Amino acid sequence: MREINEMLKKKVSELLENGTADRIIGWQAGEFCYDVTPAVMRKDNLDELFYNGFCGANQSKYLIQESLEEGKVLALLKPCDTYSFNQLVKEHRVNREKVYALGIPCSGMLDVDKIKALGITGILSIEDNGEEIKVATMYGDKTCKRTEVLQERCKVCKGKEHKAYDELLIPDEDAPEVPNGEDRFELVNKLEAMTSQERFDFWRGELSKCIRCNACRNVCPACSCRTCVFDNDNSGVAAKSNADDFEENMFHIIRAFHVAGRCTDCGECSRVCPQHIPLHLLNRKFIKDIDEFYGEFQAGEDDTAKGPLTAYTEGDCEPSIVMEKGGEA
Amino acid sequence: MFKIALDKIDELFAALSGNETLYLPIEKSGEIEFYPYEKDAKVRLDALHTVKSAKDLFFPQTENLMNMKLDGKNIQIEEGRHVEDPFVLFGVRACDARSFDVLDKVFLADPVDSYYAARREHGVIVSMACSRPEETCFCNVFGIDATMPEGDVVVWLDTDHLYWEAKTEKGEALTKTVESVLTDSDSKAVEAQIAATKEIMDKLPLKDLDLTRFTEDEMMNIFNDSRWAEMSEHCLGCGTCTFVCPTCQCYDIRDYDTGHGVVRYRCWDSCMYRDFTRMAHGNPRKSQLERFRQRFMHKLVYFPENNDGMFSCVGCGRCLSKCPIHTNIAKVIKTMGVKEHE
Repeated sequence: MREINEMLKKKVSELLENGTADRIIGWQAGEFCYDVTPAVMRKDNLDELFYNGFCGANQSKYLIQESLEEGKVLALLKPCDTYSFNQLVKEHRVNREKVYALGIPCSGMLDVDKIKALGITGILSIEDNGEEIKVATMYGDKTCKRTEVLQERCKVCKGKEHKAYDELLIPDEDAPEVPNGEDRFELVNKLEAMTSQERFDFWRGELSKCIRCNACRNVCPACSCRTCVFDNDNSGVAAKSNADDFEENMFHIIRAFHVAGRCTDCGECSRVCPQHIPLHLLNRKFIKDIDEFYGEFQAGEDDTAKGPLTAYTEGDCEPSIVMEKGGEA
Repeated sequence: MFKIALDKIDELFAALSGNETLYLPIEKSGEIEFYPYEKDAKVRLDALHTVKSAKDLFFPQTENLMNMKLDGKNIQIEEGRHVEDPFVLFGVRACDARSFDVLDKVFLADPVDSYYAARREHGVIVSMACSRPEETCFCNVFGIDATMPEGDVVVWLDTDHLYWEAKTEKGEALTKTVESVLTDSDSKAVEAQIAATKEIMDKLPLKDLDLTRFTEDEMMNIFNDSRWAEMSEHCLGCGTCTFVCPTCQCYDIRDYDTGHGVVRYRCWDSCMYRDFTRMAHGNPRKSQLERFRQRFMHKLVYFPENNDGMFSCVGCGRCLSKCPIHTNIAKVIKTMGVKEHE
């Protein structure tokens, strides 16, 4: 990782120096070793740039605003970020010409909440050695396996290939191996196998924790409406909190419907949820259904293809398919 | 001082919840919040923090103020108030316990918020001392003693026992109702724990945050500081920091159309939301920079200025661990605590 960090700094400084871009969205260190903040940097403060296992945030969404500004912005895209980037370009939300995309390798990002959930608290420093994570804490030194504390989305990694870039920091084939992929539909299958009452109880348990902070929506690259229907007083559904449990459910279900066919499964919604609601499972259910009804489709694979929900073909399934779904009455 | 063995603690909870609702940190669907106690609940006294703070019990995230029902051409108005039920709030940490003082300054000042006041009157607070603070803790910066929290009763936990000491009249009265399950104890174990915890507190990475610049004299300099721009640049504008915060107290009053009537309710508001304080003429803070700045100016400058120097942050660290992009009050204090260009 240190090597990549050095290469990255050198490359970025070169690209800003030769005028390829005039600023970069990078990452800045925080108070601790894990609380990294996205930040725009220019030549004069480039020394603050760094890249480590806690740079999980998908920065594609920032490019909507950045590509409206003067000049060209340098975007650092991990392989999975390129899917969101493609999707935003496809939807004309990011102006491709205003972005210089540098593909950077990723060996899986860490989730500090998972480290804390192992009882490792009072964290002072974290050493990421590839297989083992060494954590120095106020209560002594601890270790855990890297695979135990990977972000959920990294456990079902889409692979090390960048789907969009102007330049790659290192060729994809030389990039570190990504973590072994688990079946991303495993939990969806489990939910589908439940009775409708069990499934209802599961989602009520999860969604009743929602504090309606809107972090999932605000971070979501597919949620790119200028004014969300839930912020629009004229919509009749605007709300700052869940007035009742019906609203708790519906906010997330409506959001999942709205991003269906466009969600790349980047996992940001679940990453930012302060209540650890597995929101990505709603999206994955839609992805699985789309795969089954229309053939396999990965949103953001490229920046041109029409998605199955926005294109019509004769072989499309009938809308009445919904009557056959949904478990027992 | 009294004590009870931890393996018998359910007897204490049963006694406390006998006549009134007992709220304490309970895990549901993987997260810990203050929920009403019931038998077999997964009580988590080991957790440092609940996700939301304990302010919910006095100032709920949503509360119905009135119900309007349509009946032909008549509108029936019913009060929706539900604030007279006595309750015990158990397991509040020192930071959250101090947050009630902050909220009191707002809601008990004239004109008194009768909803909040009624809940304060009917609630008994059993606070719990800390023995294992985390790196995100900085309550000491605001003069809070994590080993000796405020509250009607204070409890300390070691590996085998819970120690109980009443601090107020309300606390004495509560103690009487549970005396049968408690036994007398000396304070040796508690004193030893306090000493050990203080040593840990001395090693906290944020213990030396410097608040001296946050004064009325510096108000306009801080307000006009150009560094707000870079600090707020990547704020997502979500409400996480404000909703997990024990002291954020802004609210909105809204009408909810039920289809056959209207529910007028109050709900937490967030200065991070772009319709925050929007009124007929528009919104006084149009940019995220202005809204972001408002949050910290309020906590660190305006509030203390209006309330005898009391900051409206208690150093619980929730925003540090929950902000999706890790922009938080500790970073603001460090940045703005030093004059620009120094």
